[in-house]
Amino acid sequence: MYLYDQYDQAMVDARVAEFRDQTERRLKGALSEEQFRPLRLMNGLYLQLHAYMLRVAVPYGTLNSRQMHALADIADKYDRGYGHFTTRQNIQYNWIRLEDAPDILADLAAVEMHAIQTSGNCIRNISSDHFAGAAADELVDPRPYAELLRQWSSFHPEFSYLPRKFKFAVIASDTDRAAMKLHDIGIQIVRNHAGELGASFYVGGGMGRTPMIAPCIRDFVPLDQLITYAEACLRVYNRYGRRDNKFKARIKILVHELGQDEYTRQVEAEFAHMLEQGIEPPLAELERIKGYFEQPVFESGLAADFDRSDPDFALWADRNTHAHKAAGYVSAVISLKPVGGIPGDASAAQMHLMADLAREYSFDECRVMHTQNIVLPHVRIADLHALWTQLEAAGLGSPNLDTIEDIIACPGLDYCSLANARSIPIAQKISQRFAQSGRTAELGELKLKISGCINACGHHHAGHIGILGVDRKGKENYQLLLGGSEAQDTSLAKITGPGFDEDGIVNAVEKATDVYLANRAEGERFLDTYRRIGMEPFKEALYG
Amino acid sequence: MNILTGNDLKSGAVVWWTGEGWSIHVNDAIEVGDDTDATCAREEAARNVNLPYAIEATRDASGWRPAHIKERVRAIGPTVRPDLTLKPADPDIGNWVI
Repeated sequence: MYLYDQYDQAMVDARVAEFRDQTERRLKGALSEEQFRPLRLMNGLYLQLHAYMLRVAVPYGTLNSRQMHALADIADKYDRGYGHFTTRQNIQYNWIRLEDAPDILADLAAVEMHAIQTSGNCIRNISSDHFAGAAADELVDPRPYAELLRQWSSFHPEFSYLPRKFKFAVIASDTDRAAMKLHDIGIQIVRNHAGELGASFYVGGGMGRTPMIAPCIRDFVPLDQLITYAEACLRVYNRYGRRDNKFKARIKILVHELGQDEYTRQVEAEFAHMLEQGIEPPLAELERIKGYFEQPVFESGLAADFDRSDPDFALWADRNTHAHKAAGYVSAVISLKPVGGIPGDASAAQMHLMADLAREYSFDECRVMHTQNIVLPHVRIADLHALWTQLEAAGLGSPNLDTIEDIIACPGLDYCSLANARSIPIAQKISQRFAQSGRTAELGELKLKISGCINACGHHHAGHIGILGVDRKGKENYQLLLGGSEAQDTSLAKITGPGFDEDGIVNAVEKATDVYLANRAEGERFLDTYRRIGMEPFKEALYG
Repeated sequence: MNILTGNDLKSGAVVWWTGEGWSIHVNDAIEVGDDTDATCAREEAARNVNLPYAIEATRDASGWRPAHIKERVRAIGPTVRPDLTLKPADPDIGNWVI
């Protein structure tokens, strides 16, 4: 994985010192909250419902064991013994003291991490495929391109005050595991007919108040023009994005209002102009970065199957592993979704354990998934049982990947100052309901996503089943949505009708699954059945 | 009735105006009426509190109850982690919030 050079480290260390000075001035009264707020936000420090909240960047979700240990230490030393892994492959701490924040940033810098650009109207953490570098179906490892974009976008002076926040996702397989088309810019690394690598650019996607699927504005950008093309996309947005209306300021609105053709025309004109200026970093820099992402030396001749005599283990191994490019290996997913638990939360002890397991079983590497789980990307199949045994003992062995228990949920009104309703209790009740009924396995792949407000951090638009919490005259109310997908068949979920109260929404989800089970054809997932039979049978069951 | 709330500058903890200072317990709050600007400005300038504001609340024998659920969550803590609330021994504290 990428290691800081002297420039990376110097920039991060300088930012820590700068923020320490700013914090001291705030505590002494030399800075007002109005003056300090944008400075703390530039360092990922929010003021939430109960305390300050620190969001730490995990570039493309990749961590080594030293970094995971450091995140656990921060949870113990400065927070309340846990952290929350987010839908942007980051981690958040909910109980931070302002006076501790500079020390936390210093601790992060010591392990090549930071919280820069995890807030504000700038280019945020670059996300990617959590199986990158391991997936059997990928063209190349997408992370060197994500890292190049990270370096380009870090402290980029022209893009530090965009009309609104800006999110990239980079993938390199036809299977989209990063919700690529629901980002401001989604990039897929592809190969053209001549066999050359390049990038397809999808621009203007997003969730939130106005969900949109990004159209492809160029299907092949040569790799030696990748940054120039990204810069052209940003320049047009920076020039014409709506700064007068926060709710219309994302690039998706600009692309929609200009129209895909006109936006693309302007990007191409800007791109042609910028090519003459020669801003593209030399390919040698990309090659240098690629050097950090060399594949581990995988063993050959390993067993391709495992002992299935323990049914609990076999269930987990079947459900929570993903095909690896190297024979005898898999990527193993550690579920942070125990039945009745808080999606994405991990205690410091669990983080320490995951770090140790990454070191022992996965070439010292783990990944944060945008679905709020953790991946050990390179695990020998022969080691799976030993791995599972330790996970199970620590409450991390739930065999529920991509099932109705594997729920994405934002922090909601339990933590977030923007939320209108609580998300986590709904997730807890749903996972308990289906675990108790024993129907989770029968339902198969079913992606359920919950947001506590229209900002959609819980990706409710992209759930096979989505739930949106709203405030109805001071009471929590929950809208049910069906038919979303954030995979390669991206679609936006539609609202079924009037909302439900806390218990009613759990019943409504169960009714929706009843309709699916009663109507599904052989091999159909919930989403497939919904797409085939449409909304009406579900409405009839819910409101008829 | 109105009561004043904000966050402690150093810790970020939710605090309530007692008439003499700031408490983490909502039941220590006093009714402040409608004119709170001067108190907010003075206390914020003294760095005793961050971003103070008035909220509506009702009072009965058990104490203050903020009108909006968001303020009730702030007053107690996350309903999904009773152990981290101000009443960790009360398993039903979430019901007070709802």
